[in-house]
Amino acid sequence: MAQAKTYVRPMAGWWRRNPYFVRYMIREGSSVFLAIYTVILLVGLYRLTQGQAAWAGWLAAMTRPISLLFHWVALITVGYHAYTWWKVAPKTAPDLRFGGRPLPEMIITVGGLAATLGASVLIYVIVRWL
Amino acid sequence: MKRSHEPIFWSLFGAGGVLSALIAPVLIFITGIIAPIGIWMPPEALDYPRVLGFAQHWFGKLLILAVISLFLFHAVHRIYHGLHDLGVHAGTGAMIAAYGSALAGTLITAYLLLAVGF
Amino acid sequence: MADGRTIEIEVLRYNPEKDAEPHFQSFQVPFSHDTSVLQGLQYIKDRLDGSLTFRWSCRMAICGSCGKMVNGRPELSCHTFLRDYYPGKVRIEPLSNFPIVRDLVIDQSDFLKKLESVKPYIIPREDKDVKDGEHLQTPRQMQQYYQYSQCINCLLCYAACPQYGLKPEFTGPAALALLHRYNADSRDRGWEERAELLNAEQGVWGCTLVGYCSEVCPKHVDPAHAINQNKVNSTMDYFGVRKFLMPRGGA
Repeated sequence: MAQAKTYVRPMAGWWRRNPYFVRYMIREGSSVFLAIYTVILLVGLYRLTQGQAAWAGWLAAMTRPISLLFHWVALITVGYHAYTWWKVAPKTAPDLRFGGRPLPEMIITVGGLAATLGASVLIYVIVRWL
Repeated sequence: MKRSHEPIFWSLFGAGGVLSALIAPVLIFITGIIAPIGIWMPPEALDYPRVLGFAQHWFGKLLILAVISLFLFHAVHRIYHGLHDLGVHAGTGAMIAAYGSALAGTLITAYLLLAVGF
Repeated sequence: MADGRTIEIEVLRYNPEKDAEPHFQSFQVPFSHDTSVLQGLQYIKDRLDGSLTFRWSCRMAICGSCGKMVNGRPELSCHTFLRDYYPGKVRIEPLSNFPIVRDLVIDQSDFLKKLESVKPYIIPREDKDVKDGEHLQTPRQMQQYYQYSQCINCLLCYAACPQYGLKPEFTGPAALALLHRYNADSRDRGWEERAELLNAEQGVWGCTLVGYCSEVCPKHVDPAHAINQNKVNSTMDYFGVRKFLMPRGGA
C-alpha cells in the first residue's frame, strides 16, 4: 500500500497543550512530594533509633520555614492525589450491575473520600488524645 | 508476545495508592505542619517516649513499615512511568534504580524497626 | 444558512508533494446558530479552497469519519458547532497521534491492525451447529457488554491518548474496549485466546489511566473502564488466581 510521505507530529510538550493533561501531570507529579515526605519519615525513624537528642533534632528540623513550605505544598499535591485516586478508582472496578443498572461511579468516589476523611479524623484523634 | 511483569509493580502501586489516599494527607498535616507549629496539636504529641513506645509496639512497627514501604513503591512506580510521559527514555537501569530504591527503603525501615527495640 | 456573522477558521494544511511541514491557513466563514464545524469545512472546500481535504460522511455522529482536533480537543466535527467558539477563532487540525497523509486526513492503518489483533469476533462458548439455532442471551447478559459495543471507530480516543502518541505499539483504547466487549459477552469463551495480547506491555499495561479517552468518546463507551478493570483481571491471571475468582472465564 504505497503512500505519499506522511508527516508525524512531534510529541514534545504534549501535556502543556491541554488543561486535562496538565492536571494529569500534576497528579503524577504528586508522587515526587510523596516520595520526599516518605524519606523524611524514614530519616525520622533513623533519628528515633539514635536516641532522644537526635529525635529532638528531627522535630526541630520540622519547624524550619523550608520544611513548613515543603509540607504545605506536599499536603496540597498529595491531597490532590487522594482526590483523583478516588475519582478514577471506579475505572478499575468490574462492570457491576444492580437490577440491570450500572453502579454509579459516584458511590465508589464518595465512599473513598469519606474513608479518607474518617481515617484522617481517627488518626488526628489518636495522635492528639490517646 | 511477552507477558508483562507489570502486575507485581502495579499491585504494590495500588496498595500504596490506597494507603496514601487514606492517610498521607493527615500524616503530612500532623507531622509537617500542626505539630511543628503547635496549633491543634501540642508539640508534646510527638515527643520521644511517645513515638518510641509506638515504634517499639508490634502494631506500630507494622504501620510504620506499611506506610514507608507502600508509599515508596507507589511513588517510584509513578515517577518511573512519569519519566516516559516526559519523553525521557527510561530503560532497565531506571527501572532497577526506581524499584530498587523502594526495596532499599523497605529493608532499611525493617532494620531500623528492629534496631529501635521492643 | 448564514445570519450575517463570520468566524475565523484556521486549518492545518499539508500537501505531501509540496510541503516539508504542515502550516496553518485562515478562512472567514459565514455561519449561523446551527452550523457545525464540518459544515464550516465544507463551506471552505465548496466556496473558498477546493483543495482542502478532509474525511466526513453521515453528518450525524454515527459513522465515525469526521474526527478532528478542534481548538486542541478531539471532536466529531459534525457534532461540534461554530456558535460555541464565536467570537474566538476555530483551529482545526488532524487527529493527534496519527501521521498526516494530507491536510486533515490521517493514516489510520495502524488502528486497523490493532482492531484485528484483539480477535474482535465471538469465539463460541457452545459448540453449536447453525441448524441448532442461535446462541441465546438474556437482556441482562447483553447489558454486561452493550456499552462497549457502541464504538464507532472514530479514533477520538486515540487522539486523546498520550500513551498511544508516545508509544504507537500500544493497542489503544478502542481496540482494548472491543477486546473487553467480546470477553464480556456470555456467548464468547475467548479470554484465553485474547490473553496473550491483554497481558502484554502493549495490552492493558500500556495505559496509565490518563482517562481522557473516556472524556472525549462521543458514544460513552468508556474505554478507560474497559482497560483498567482488565488490569485487575490481568493481575489475577498473572498470580494464577483468575480461575478461582472467575470460573466461567468471562470478564
